[in-house]
This record gives sequence, C-alpha cells and structure tokens, in this order.
Amino acid sequence: MIALQQVTKTFSISPTTSFTAVDNVSLTIARGSMTILKGPSGSGKTTLLALIGCMTRPSSGRIMLQGVETSFFQATDRSEGFDSSSLPERFLTEIRRSTFGFIFQQFNLIKGISALQNIMLPAYPTGEQQPVVRQRALELMEQFDLLRHCNSPVEWLSGGELQRVAIARALINNPIAIIADEPTAHLDSQLSQAFMESIGLLKDSGKTVLIASHDPIVYNSSRADQVVEMRDGRIVQQEPSV
Amino acid sequence: MHHALSRHRNILDFALSSLLRRKAKNISLFLVYTLIIFVIASLIFFVQALKREAALLLAEAPDMVVQRMIAGRHDLIPTNYGEKISAIRGVSEVTPRLWGYYYDPVFQANYTLLAPDTAPPPPGTITIGSGVARNLRIKTDDLVTFRSYSGTPLLLTVSGIMPLHSELVSADLVLMAAEDFQAMFRMPKDVATDLAVTVANPRELVTVANKIVELFPDTRPILKSELLRTYDSLFDWRGGMMVVMLAVALLSFVIFAWDKASGLSAEERKEIGILKSIGWETGDVLLLKFWEGAVISLSAFLAGVLLAYLHVFFSSAALFSHALKGWAILYPQFTLVPTIDGYQLSVLFVLSVLPYTAATIIPAWLAATIAPDAAMRS
Amino acid sequence: MRPSTCFILLLTTGLVLLLLMGIHARSSRVSRQAELQERAMLVHRLRLTDLCLFTEARYTRHPAMADLHAPFQDHPTALEHFPSGSLVTPPATLQRSYAPRP
Repeated sequence: MIALQQVTKTFSISPTTSFTAVDNVSLTIARGSMTILKGPSGSGKTTLLALIGCMTRPSSGRIMLQGVETSFFQATDRSEGFDSSSLPERFLTEIRRSTFGFIFQQFNLIKGISALQNIMLPAYPTGEQQPVVRQRALELMEQFDLLRHCNSPVEWLSGGELQRVAIARALINNPIAIIADEPTAHLDSQLSQAFMESIGLLKDSGKTVLIASHDPIVYNSSRADQVVEMRDGRIVQQEPSV
Repeated sequence: MHHALSRHRNILDFALSSLLRRKAKNISLFLVYTLIIFVIASLIFFVQALKREAALLLAEAPDMVVQRMIAGRHDLIPTNYGEKISAIRGVSEVTPRLWGYYYDPVFQANYTLLAPDTAPPPPGTITIGSGVARNLRIKTDDLVTFRSYSGTPLLLTVSGIMPLHSELVSADLVLMAAEDFQAMFRMPKDVATDLAVTVANPRELVTVANKIVELFPDTRPILKSELLRTYDSLFDWRGGMMVVMLAVALLSFVIFAWDKASGLSAEERKEIGILKSIGWETGDVLLLKFWEGAVISLSAFLAGVLLAYLHVFFSSAALFSHALKGWAILYPQFTLVPTIDGYQLSVLFVLSVLPYTAATIIPAWLAATIAPDAAMRS
Repeated sequence: MRPSTCFILLLTTGLVLLLLMGIHARSSRVSRQAELQERAMLVHRLRLTDLCLFTEARYTRHPAMADLHAPFQDHPTALEHFPSGSLVTPPATLQRSYAPRP
C-alpha cells in the first residue's frame, strides 16, 4: 500500500522562479488496486508517478510504502511502513528496481537488440544469475504470446507486440506495482483495449497498478478502482470507481 | 561476491552486444588500436633484444682501445707506443689491431678487413663473413680479387666462411694474414690501426687511460664502458626514426581517443536514458561504458603485443628491416634472442589502456548522471 | 554461448599466450646460449668493438670508434646523409676527454 501525505514537488527554473509540478497531494493507493491519474498534459501526472516510483524525491511531504520487502526493512516491523522520501540514494534504487515496474509512453525499448534481451535488461545490474532471469523472461514471453519473436530484433515487431514486450519488461523483476505513463498514447482503440485487458489480468494476479492517462478508454475502464483527476499539480476530483 | 561477479558478467554481456551492434566502427577501432600497439611493442622488443645482445657480446670486447689522432682526426698508431703502454702498471697486455674498410665498387658494398693476431688465415687466403659470401655469391675455395692501394690486384682464396649465426658481429668481415693486410693498404709494418689494451683490474681503467694520454697526448683511449654506452644509446628514443615512428603512433592514438572523448552520439545518449529509466543506476551505466572501452583496449593490447612478438622474433622484424637497412648493400641476417622488458610493456599498457578507457567513460559521465525521472520524460 | 563467456575465453587465451610468450623467451635464451657463447668468443678472439649493423659508411659501421670527422670523410653532409645516420647517435666517447685538466 502506498500513502502520499501532502506531497509537493517544486522545480527551480532559475534562481528566482520555480515551478510547482505537484502541489500538496494526498492520496492512498490500496494494494492490488488500479488507480488512474487523469488530466491534461502538464497537470503533474508524470511527476507524481515519478515520485511514487522512487525516481525522485518530493520537496516536502511523505510517501509511505507499506508491505514492501527490502533488505533493510522488515514489512512486519511497522504497520504503516516507511517513508521512501527520507531514504538514502542506494536504498531508493533498490526499492525502485524490485518494487516497481515501469511502462513508458514511447515504450523505450532499445533498438538493435532482441525482444528477449530487452525484457531481461532491467535485471542485469541486480546481479541475478542470467539463466534464471532468462527463464523468467521466456515465461513472460509465453504469457504474452511473444515466444516466436524471442530472438527477433525489436524493429521487426508490430505496435501491439511492442506494447506487450514493454509490459513483459516491466514484470521481469517481479515488482509489486506497475506504473504506466500514457501507455496508450500511440495505440489505436483496439490495441488500447487489449492493453487494458492485459493490465486487468495483472491486477487480478495481485499487482498494484498505477496509470497516468488522458485516454478515455483507460480512465473509463471498469477495472479501475480509483480515478484521480489532476490539474495544475493538484487533485481536483477523486472518484473511486464502482 | 557471487552477486557482484554476476552483475559484471551481465553488464559485460550487454556491453559486448552494444559493441557488436556497431560492428564496422568497433572493428576498425580495434584494428587501428592493435596496429598502434603492434608498432610500439615491436619497437620495444626489437630495441631491447638488440641492446641486450650488444651488451652481452661487447662484454668480450677489448678493455680499452687506444687510437692516435692527428689534427683531430684518426691516424695510424705506431706500434712502439705499445711498448711504453704495456709498461704502465695495471696493463697486462697490449695488442696492435689491424683493421680497415674496403669499398667494393662492383657491388658498392663496404667490407671490414681485419688481420687477427690469434690464428690468422694462412697468407694468400681469407676467411669471410657469411654476409660477404652471400653478397659475392662465393663459397670456400673460390678466388676473390681485391684492388690494393698499390694498384696491383690481390688474389686471395676463400679458406672458410664464418658461421651464419655470427652474422651480427661478422657479416661483413674479411679476415686475412697480416702480410696480406699490409700489402693491401700499403701499410708500413711499424704502424697499426689502433691498440687493444687489456687491463687486469677494471677499476684502474680510468687511471690507465689518464696515464696513456699523459704519455702520448696525441692518443684517444676508448674504454669498454664507453663502447657499451654507445650501443645502449644507439636506439635511444631520441634517435631520429624512432621518434618519428613513435610520434606517428602516439598522434594517431590521440586522434582516435579524441574522437571517442568528443562525446556521445544522440543515439547513445538516448540509450543511456532508457537504461536509467528502467532501473540502471549511474554506476551501472558507467560500468557498461567501462567494459565497452576495456573490451577493445584489452583485446587490442593482447593482440598487438603477441603479433609484435611474432614479428620481431619469428620473422626477424621483417617490417623494420627496410628502415634499418637504409642504403646498405650488405645487411646481416640475424634472429634476435627473445627478450621481454616487462617494465616497458607495463608502461605501454598504462599509457594506452587507461587513456582509452577514460576516453570511453568520461563523456558518458554526464549522460549517465541524469535523474531517472528526466530519463522517464524524454 | 553467452557473449561474455566468449570474451572471457578469448581474454584467457590471450593471457595464456602471453604467458607462453614469456616462457618461450626464457627457454630460447637458455637453448641459444651456445650460439651466444660462440658469438662472444668471436668478439673476444678478433678483439671486435662493434656490431655489424650498418654497413653504409665507416662511421655507421663502427660507431664506437668514430671520431668527429669520420662522418664527413664519407660525405660532406654525412651525418644525416645515410638513413642509419638518423638512427645512430654520436658515441659517448666524443663527449669527454682523458686529457689532464690544466
């Protein structure tokens, strides 16, 4: 479970001016739920995702992570978890790697290498044994019906297949939560539906899902437990979907 | 520990696949790098082996050679100087040396004629170095004509050829009896080219030299240590052609490390951004760049050094022979005894691998340190 | 095979070859000792002072014996005339004199 308590993120553009991307946001994300962040571009969705995903620290406020197993903190120790924003850099990276899987707007796959290698890539620096990672990657490819493209360079894949590779890559380190930033921005309706189905299945398997999107197919989805509307860095409306 | 090794191997895997993705560029980089190391390492091997050979051989040279000078130029030395010199305390033996140069106009080659004092060839015969035999295409019992200074031709029979493996010292030698030598050059019997002096105690050499100059102010003693020093500095890095070759090699290296250091391509930058966004830390990215550099520099260094060794010690430095031969007609055939100078090779390693690896890592530093959220946005 | 395995094998082979190179050098020196001795004996017997490397000119053939004028006796601009002149530095003997100091 993730709880944001009065989180603010400010970027300083020049010595005198600054820009507030996220302004006093408080939000609770239940484990195994799907939360959609809705709003126009520039509303702070991406920054909020980055904050939750331990990619950057808030300027003020706390982000409590509960139920996250790490090498330095036992989940059973404190019931409300720990504050990720106060952690030193190396712990933050460990959490980021093992807790969150990211899916990006542009998929961000590396050209010139195979789909399999792309999927395995986030696991390389963890020092996990390569045969183990490879096996897991193959299982994921099977799950997403990608096995025949095992060794194909990613340039040969269609849009839908690329999307599935991106999802598989986000899952390679067995994360608790999936974070997706505008995942359907470059997809047609059919593929967008397919994406929401895949994500729905992930949610069913127990993963916490967090999506930022201004695509109606996403935020109107029946699978969403919570839709948070943002504008100018603030939450303007919050509705738990029925 | 296992963890760390695994991480290195994983990142090495990716580094190799990155290199293979830009095959043409990286292969040419590797080849250029190898070539540069090859040239420099060949130089190191060749020069070291030659220096060592010179030191070992010239340890047997005369302790001191006394030359006579007239008006600053080398002149023949009267053999009676030797009597007074042998009287100096510390001198055990004084032997006049008869040697000189003979220019063969037919073959345009220079030979060194020498009349040894021990076991000279019988009068009318000569023992020749194998280089001379090769040049004149002659063998034992052939007749050779020399043009003596008196105008009359001197006919001498070849009684023996010196062994091939002694060419480094004897390739151009023509040994003859003293009478023939003196007849050849119309040299009077009471003079010699110079005197070879043996001194029992090497520490007395300088004292003896001083005394000789005191006795005969027109002489110039040359000590064995000076002989050795001449050869030590023979292929000194200062020496002309060496400097040129080295400069070219270093310059090309600088140029191509500069190309590396001048920054990453947009594609490389994007890739680093992607890696950061999927969970790679700055340290992981830098390790990747390190391995990319190290793969090329380590393999190029090994390949260059191994090829250089083969080149110098198995093909007698075939590529250098042209430069060394210069305009000489007679060039000795010799296979150098392998010598490895670990110190110089380590210096070469440090001077090539380190700057190259730095040139690969440093430009990536800036790109590698971008914040993950910025990477996520781009 | 993993690329890293391949590379590590290659590197190991290279290092082994380097080691062999060192062993070869050492063993060659031992096995060619006799040859070296023969050459050394020749130097001793004939009282030689120079290696026969550059036979282009007198001062290049016997660099240790050359005096200040030897190069120019062969050619007016001899010091840089023959290619080996650029390789051969002036002998150490030209720098000092044993004449007693006044």
